[in-house]
Formats: sequence, C-alpha cells, structure tokens
Amino acid sequence: MSTAIEAGAAPPARPRRRPIPAAALAAAGLAALLLLWEAVPRLGLVSATMMPPPSALPAVFMDELRSGAWTGAILASLSHYLAGLAVGAGLGVALGVAAGMSRAFEAATAWIVRVLRPIPGLAWVPFAIIWFGVSTRAAVFIIAVGVFWIVFFAAQGAVRGVDRDLIEVADAFGFRSARERLVKILLPAASPGILVGLRTALGQAWMAVVAAEIFGVAGLGQRMMQASSLLATETVVVYMLTMAALYGLFDAGFVALQRWALRWKA
Amino acid sequence: MESVIDIRGLGLAFERDGKRAEVLRGLDLSVARGSFVAIVGASGVGKSTLLRVLIGLAEASAGSVRVSPRGAERQPVALVFQDARLLPWRRVVDNVAFGLEGSGLSRAERRAKARAALAIVGLADFAERWPHQLSGGQRQRVSLARALAVEPEVLLMDEPFSALDAITREGLQDELTRIWAKTGKTILFVTHDLEEATYLADRVVVLAGAPGRAVADHIVEAPRPRSRGDARDEALHASVRHHLGGEELRDGAGV
Ligand SMILES: Nc1ncnc2c1ncn2[C@@H]1O[C@H](COP(=O)(O)OP(=O)(O)OP(=O)(O)O)[C@@H](O)[C@H]1O
Ligand SMILES: [Mg+2]
Repeated sequence: MSTAIEAGAAPPARPRRRPIPAAALAAAGLAALLLLWEAVPRLGLVSATMMPPPSALPAVFMDELRSGAWTGAILASLSHYLAGLAVGAGLGVALGVAAGMSRAFEAATAWIVRVLRPIPGLAWVPFAIIWFGVSTRAAVFIIAVGVFWIVFFAAQGAVRGVDRDLIEVADAFGFRSARERLVKILLPAASPGILVGLRTALGQAWMAVVAAEIFGVAGLGQRMMQASSLLATETVVVYMLTMAALYGLFDAGFVALQRWALRWKA
Repeated sequence: MESVIDIRGLGLAFERDGKRAEVLRGLDLSVARGSFVAIVGASGVGKSTLLRVLIGLAEASAGSVRVSPRGAERQPVALVFQDARLLPWRRVVDNVAFGLEGSGLSRAERRAKARAALAIVGLADFAERWPHQLSGGQRQRVSLARALAVEPEVLLMDEPFSALDAITREGLQDELTRIWAKTGKTILFVTHDLEEATYLADRVVVLAGAPGRAVADHIVEAPRPRSRGDARDEALHASVRHHLGGEELRDGAGV
C-alpha cells in the first residue's frame, strides 16, 4: 500500500467520470450499425442487391405506403398475429396451469407432450393447408402452435413452483376448492412466471407470422416473399424493419403492463 | 363446562425418507368454550403441528380430534401462522380482508372490517402498503389482523408476538385480553414465554416428550385484571423445568 489513510481523513478523492446515459449509448450503438451498414455497399464491398444501404430504404418505404401494400400487409399480419397469439397463449396458459395443478393431468399428458413438443411450427404448414386451406385460419393455427409450448411450459413451471405455504393460507381460511385455490393463490402467485412466458411468446409469434404467411396468406411474410423472388431486397428490408418496429412497440407496451401488474414485487 | 376442542389420543407421524417420524402420540386435550389456553413446550415438540391439525392442514394418524364451534359462520376457526404468510400480491388491507371473501360482504364492507382489524394491531396507516414494504414484526401483526378480521369463535395463535418488541407486545397482549373478554372467543395460544402464558391464559398446557404429548396442565389462578408484576408463577416454572428435564424453552424467556 502506497498511501496510508489517516484516521478521520476523507478518502482520497478520485476524479469521477460522469456516467453516459443509457439512452445515449443505445442511440450511438444504433447509429454505428447504420453507418457500417451504409458503408459496406457504398464502398463496393458487397453489391447493393445483396445488402441494400439504409439510405435507399425511405423511398422504397414511401412507394409501398402509397400503393397501400404496406398498410394492407400490416393490418393483415397484425390480425394474424393477435389472433394466433390469443389462441396459442390462451390455450398454453390454460393447459399449462392445468398441468401444473393436477399431477393426474400432467401424467396423462406427459407423453403427448413429448411427442408433439419437438415438432416445429413450420412443420405444421402442410396440415394447416389441408385442414384450413390457404386462409387466415391456417395462419392463425401456425402462429398459435408456434407460441403454445413456450407459454405452456412457463405456466406449468410457474404453477408448480407456487409456495405451498401460501396455498395453506387459502386452506386455513376455508378456500379449499380448486377454483378458489386457482383464483386466490395459484394465478396471482404464478403470474410473474406466466408473464415471462408471454413476453417470450410475443417475440416468437412474429417469427411464426412470417412462417405462416410464406405459403401465400396475405401479410408481411407474403409481401417479403414476393419481393425477394423479384430480388427487390430493399423492400424485404423495409418489411424486416417494419416487423422489428412492431415487435419493439409490443414488447415495450408489454413490459410497461408487466411492471404495473407486478408492482407488488420487491 | 362444555368443551369446544376435544382431542383424544392424538397421534401424528410424518414420512421422512421412507421412515416414519412420530411427532405426537397419545395427546389428550380438552378446551372449554370461551377459555384462554396457553401451550408451551420445547422447540420441535409439535406445537405448530397440533394447531395445524386443529385447522385441518394436517391429518391425525391416530386418535380423534373434534372442534365444535357453536356458530354457523363460514370461518369459525382461524389460525395465526408462526410465520406471517402474507400474500405478496395483495395490499395490506386486502391481505387482512382475505378471510372475509365468500362471506357475502361487499368489497367495501370487507375493507372496512379489515381496516378496523388493522387499527387493533396499530397498523391503520399501513393499509395501502405492499407486504414487502413492512418490517417482520409489522407483517406478523398484519397476519394477526387477518385472523381477527374474520371474528372467529376459536382463535389459534402460533407464537404471534414472538417477533415484536416488548412495548408493542405488551400492548397487543392487553388488546388480545380485551377482545377475548369482550367476545368470549376460545383462544389457543402457543408461546415460549412463560410470563406471557401466565399473564394471558386461564390454563397452561405443557407439551413434552418425543413423540410429544400433554404432560402437564396448570391452572392460572391469578384473578383478572392481572398486573404484569405478579405474572411470575413459581409452581408453573418449577413444573415446566421438571417436565422439560433441562431442555430449555427456545427463547428462554422467564424460565
Ligand atoms: N412436513 C414435515 N415433514 C416432516 N417432519 C416435520 C414436518 N413438519 C414438522 N416436522 C417435524 O415435526 C416436529 C414438530 O414440528 P412443529 O413445527 O410442530 O414444532 P413446534 O413445537 O412448533 O416447534 P417451534 O417451537 O420451533 O415452532 C419437528 O421435529 C419437525 O421437524
Ligand atoms: Mg412452531
């Protein structure tokens, strides 16, 4: 030790750097990405078709907007997204909670779960078409399958993990029916875990939207496929960014909701 | 005197790693309606387990247990857990109102009763807080208010005051005595503190042994209202010391 601090003396003042605000850092990171992205095609490192520069996008976006394609695609995809999410997450929560509550239900479904779980949503496309045709319902089905398992396992684990001591409180006050337990203890106690699953599903569902629309149901995914077959890569990027923006919006909204719903947590 | 709790030959065993661990065996206890009975005994003897049997959270493996409240309320028996066990997603007032749900009262009525119960434990100003914003002793008092709010005919209390400072504890002891005198509840009160037991109760029952049973039953003669000064009861202390055979009560208070 080179410095001895005398009793009562203030510790040596160290020059403090003011921390840079997180928002400024985030903006700087994004700007750096855009610059790099712009530079690569401009410097001729790759062709503009391979990697359309960001400066080319606004014009393409305006074209899409003016022709009505953008709005149409977004509205169609949003309706698939919301319906698929509602069906998949709704069933996932319901069955996951049931599996978490009842050993019998869990045992009865254990092998059904093991058989179905590993099948990716995309693999269901042929059946979706056979069952529902190239239709909104087919897209909703594929999105629902894409989010179901995430929510199912999150809900099951959250319910299974509820502190038994809290269930005893309900018992001690005479709330012993399954319904009372569910409403008064299990659902609120499991809500943090269920909400984490739902948030993951929110992102997963956008991936499923593209998969669901690739085979011809109108929406963002279909528009992207059309554009890429014409090598209109700027258009593809416009829709990629559109999807990213929508996801960001939903996720931010969900996080705000989640924070409010879990404001009781320390 | 008619008894509201009747326990005959109660036995209870847990399965632990495939082995049977007997916690209680041959426990007899009758509690007269309207009486205030304290239960003392070493840590781990089965006091909490006994209360859990009485409220139906644990099942007896032998003997008979009868709890016969007179009234037809939805919730004639209430338990104050040894740990507070508040529901963290409910505000304090809604935790206290918990047991009133299903009683047919409106939400406003339930909350009004909950606030009254909170006032009894001195936490009227904490109604809108979340449980994580309370101290351990405050949580314990909310848990007490939750049991009081349902106005049970039989109140089972598992060391309800052990986490509190002396002043708060004495205040709540007097409040509890007042409630008991006014409402004629039957109270079963587990404590480690013999002075608390003799200050509050008509009767002190000593649990001891492994497996545990009631080994001594001591009537507290001191007339009411009591003063804390004459709470020390030499006969009881000697008897407890004798039965616990050197085993100290956990908190050691007053022994
Ligand atoms: N779920 C359980 N499984 C196995 N053993 C248990 C279980 N619950 C309690 N026991 C055992 O039963 C015995 C009695 O426990 P109990 O909680 O009734 O003691 P207690 O008298 O309330 O003690 P304390 O004064 O420390 O609260 C203890 O030896 C404990 O280890
Ligand atoms: Mg105990």
